[in-house]
Amino acid sequence: MMSDSKQLYQEVILDHNKKPRNYGVAPDANRKAEGHNPLCGDHIVLTLHVRDERVDNVAFEGQGCAICKASASMMTTVVKGKTVDEAEQLVQEFRDMATGKLDVQTQPHHLGRLTVFAGVRDLPARVKCAILPWHTLHAAFSAESTATTEGAAEPMQSLVGGV
Amino acid sequence: MNINPLRGAATEKFDVAHIRADFPILQRRFDGTPLVYLDNAASSQVPQPVIDRWVRYHREQHANVHRAVHSLSEIATEEYEHARRKVRDFIHANEEREIIFTRGTTESINLVMHGYGRAFIGAGDEIIISAMEHHSNIVPWQMLCQEKNAKLRVIPMNDAGELLLDEYEKLFNERTKLVAVAHVSNALGTVNPVRAMIATAHRHGVPVLVDGAQAAPHLPVDVQDLNCDFYVFSGHKLCAPTGIGVLYGKAAWLEKMQPYQGGGDMILSVTFERTTYNTLPYKFEAGTPAIAAAIGLGAALDYLSATGMERIAAYESELLHYATAQLSKLPGIRLIGTARHKAAVLSFEVEGVHPHDVGTILNEDGVAIRAGHHCAQPVMQRFGVPATARASFAFYNTFAEADALIEGVRKVQRMFA
Repeated sequence: MMSDSKQLYQEVILDHNKKPRNYGVAPDANRKAEGHNPLCGDHIVLTLHVRDERVDNVAFEGQGCAICKASASMMTTVVKGKTVDEAEQLVQEFRDMATGKLDVQTQPHHLGRLTVFAGVRDLPARVKCAILPWHTLHAAFSAESTATTEGAAEPMQSLVGGV
Repeated sequence: MNINPLRGAATEKFDVAHIRADFPILQRRFDGTPLVYLDNAASSQVPQPVIDRWVRYHREQHANVHRAVHSLSEIATEEYEHARRKVRDFIHANEEREIIFTRGTTESINLVMHGYGRAFIGAGDEIIISAMEHHSNIVPWQMLCQEKNAKLRVIPMNDAGELLLDEYEKLFNERTKLVAVAHVSNALGTVNPVRAMIATAHRHGVPVLVDGAQAAPHLPVDVQDLNCDFYVFSGHKLCAPTGIGVLYGKAAWLEKMQPYQGGGDMILSVTFERTTYNTLPYKFEAGTPAIAAAIGLGAALDYLSATGMERIAAYESELLHYATAQLSKLPGIRLIGTARHKAAVLSFEVEGVHPHDVGTILNEDGVAIRAGHHCAQPVMQRFGVPATARASFAFYNTFAEADALIEGVRKVQRMFA
């Protein structure tokens, strides 16, 4: 359990935490969602410009732990330019990776460098930190205004209705 | 390890290596890394004599209590009641019947909320709690206030995490019906001057409940000297199994209170027309109690008493001062809770690093701390943080483990530099 968390705090995650990409508000945003984990204080606001079912621009701001911030930062770099369907597939795959349903070593996926977060599956208390930005992205696509991963036996399942 | 000047006489007499040998879990390793258990404020570890007692009970002595005429039931009953006498002795209560076994601190407080609160607190009445209470000493009173249209008043604290006693005194009026206050804060470590606070309340004719969950494991407690009306604590924070706790109440109050739950054991006679409640303490112990856990608690109190609560307090105080001094030497550390009188709880922030990252990275090296709001969200709000990292020591922790904590924090700082 401990060797896996060693893998989690890799240079790329620490770097995105320190210098988050696409930090701020997308100027031309037509989608917005807020995500929060009240119990640990993670809070992000995601703004997107979606045109012709494609993510033209995306930005985030907020505060949280390194895992949450790095996840948000890397998510913005990866989904920019993707179609909504492609991004939603990544939401699904990221969730499955973080909750241990997708083994990125042996099963096909499109996560690329997002697999640096694979180690989070061995840290149940931190899964929701990594997933929150993706949760929030899904909420933005679904025109829900808020997302939370708190209180879900299985993160992501609590999304409905946006608490 | 270096000789530290802070280590004084109490440490030398305190054979921590010998004590550690009694705690099997402290020998555990994770991927070859020794466990450094610094989450004692959440729950403490169980020594072999308590484990042995638990096993012996189940192998040789188990039956239901207070019921049958057969020998086994008589043995179980005697052992269970013996545990009650041990609790009485441990907190220096006057009478055994003033010791009620509960599921834990939370249930003890809820019992008082129901038995005393629902009976004696009405619309417009006021309950005084403090700004540093655990949720378990906030929420039951809030529920009561909602139900009765009563009002919660809160003793404020200063930036060190010390209650403002002048403000406390000002909160009293003719509607004040109860004071409920922590003996030691779980989030800050502050030891509150409860003896003086109880005297103040009594001058206003108001009874006091003391939440001793974080005090009973670390300080000698004398409920008669404190003169508190209620004192509550949990077994699992003082080397006993989970699922057992204590409510001490002055007999005069307990006699006046209504039962908490109805059922078996808490009655003298039942017909469909009326029930006569049992005498103390059984009036408050409906149903089959946690017999094994209560007997385990008795064994844990024996263990603590043999070790000596005064010596435990002195040793932990030295550990706290050492860890505080070492941690304070690091740049970018903010201590949350710097009261003059503290128990061995070290709540802190590492500048620029979320407490959960601190906790996860420390865990890599086997150092188990708590990161979160510690069920004291109003405390977090008071200090303007979402959460803190918290190292909490017990008498089986060592100075080397304090060093491991400090080294872990330095590693966090290097990683996030």
